[in-house]
Amino acid sequence: MIVDILFYITALVAIISGLLVITGKSPVTSALSLVLNFFCIAFIYLMLEAQFLAIIQVIVYAGAIMVLFLFVIMLLNLQDDMTLFERFDLKKGFAVLLTGLFLLEIAYIFSLDSVSVAPKGVTGASFPELGTVESIGKYLFSDFVYPFEMISVVLLSAVVGAVVIAKKKVD
Amino acid sequence: MNQHIDAIVALSAILFSMGVLGVLTRKNAITIFMSVELMLNSVNLALVAFSRLHNDITGQMLVIFVMAIAAAEVAVGLAIVISIFRNRQTADVTEINLLRW
Repeated sequence: MIVDILFYITALVAIISGLLVITGKSPVTSALSLVLNFFCIAFIYLMLEAQFLAIIQVIVYAGAIMVLFLFVIMLLNLQDDMTLFERFDLKKGFAVLLTGLFLLEIAYIFSLDSVSVAPKGVTGASFPELGTVESIGKYLFSDFVYPFEMISVVLLSAVVGAVVIAKKKVD
Repeated sequence: MNQHIDAIVALSAILFSMGVLGVLTRKNAITIFMSVELMLNSVNLALVAFSRLHNDITGQMLVIFVMAIAAAEVAVGLAIVISIFRNRQTADVTEINLLRW
């Protein structure tokens, strides 16, 4: 019961902070709302017993990636953007229409009888060992060792590429 | 928590739509990147929910890889934004037309 209430409050905060991200006037407002949104999602991960991912969400997303965003906002000294609802023109109306249609489409797909979020025979029994560091590490270094190595190459190339692109030209 | 899988998938769909709306309506390149992060996170949420529902670790592994790709994407993307800002003094995507013939 208390878990239900906690979940719905968290979902509400996540939706409100998501709205703030896309309607906030200054980029800093958007960034800080996005941090709040990431924390809400980490909390839902914790409720889903994905403990390792909850910690990674806070450290990598809310920590590292958002610090990168805030650094770039600080470096660029951007002016305030037009928000969604001031100067509401035809293009924005079309974007809202398109997004609404997209959401309706997802809702329609899940309302069909042939499509179900939980197929028959899936019990969804609680299995808390699934999301621990131990089990994630075991699978990461056995079944998923090849993608893991590929990801390290991708990260290395991204680091080198970011430095090369952002470097000042010395001519 | 498993009775909430429907609600979590609905939350994921709503957050994804918000990300789409942000990408379509904002003009600031950095805010567009934030909307992309919002979309990636909503998909991660659905993956974790389905991983829990099926008691299969594959969904959670995929979330780890998505997070790594998101970190790489943000690093390169923000480097491009900085590089463009240095030459054009703007991060407004409607004024950037480097690749237009």
